[in-house]
Amino acid sequence: MADPMRIRAQAAGDKATVRVLMAHEMEGGQRKDASGNIVPAWYIQEVTATHNGKTVLTAEWGPAVSKNPFLQFVVKGAKAGDKIGVNWKDNRGDTRSDEATVS
Amino acid sequence: MQNRRQVLKQSALVAGLLASTGLFPQFAFAFNKNAFEAKSVQDALKALGVGALTESKDVSITAPDIAENGSVVPIAIATTLPGVKSMLIMVEKNPATLTAQFNVTESVDSAFSARVKMGQSSDVYAVAVLNDGKVLYAKKEVKVTLGGCGG
Repeated sequence: MADPMRIRAQAAGDKATVRVLMAHEMEGGQRKDASGNIVPAWYIQEVTATHNGKTVLTAEWGPAVSKNPFLQFVVKGAKAGDKIGVNWKDNRGDTRSDEATVS
Repeated sequence: MQNRRQVLKQSALVAGLLASTGLFPQFAFAFNKNAFEAKSVQDALKALGVGALTESKDVSITAPDIAENGSVVPIAIATTLPGVKSMLIMVEKNPATLTAQFNVTESVDSAFSARVKMGQSSDVYAVAVLNDGKVLYAKKEVKVTLGGCGG
């Protein structure tokens, strides 16, 4: 199981800004190891964000997203106390879900 | 002349075959491998099945002029237009151009920030695909001092 994500959601007016920091290697499949073999790609492919259980954003990523990816987005109509969930799936099939409360 | 039972049987068979070849979308989240392996902006757009690009002032991209470390380049893309279907980040000279695709719903603003890797100095595209089929973009050149792909 991968390390937890750090999610911070802050309400401002009728919107909430969500910042997510995921812990992931995001190996691009271009790098070579010490013996000259290509390190196989290992990266997050799918990201889903939910607001009180309803999907508000889906994203597809390629290997060119940085290591330990950062993502920021704005959810409309979210207020303090609402739940923001983020879920990712990488190309090895690993998944991780975390949830945060809007403050 | 086929009777109802035969037709049902046949269509079930066809459905089974299709499912086994993976032609059926198993869920709405089919990862578009072709698009993410495309080598150029045009190829990536073709793989996504969207039309030609038009430059637009309504799409904005925020990125540094010079990125010291190509493995972490902060990119922010946004548009104020209504009816956005998805937004893309593309780095023209990366081994694979398409970096990220955000599928926008009505509940989120069409504004995203993320950090991407860049192999070398290149134009970075922010692309907004609208529901009416229009594809608008803004681009910005980012100079990279130290590439972030090889090593």
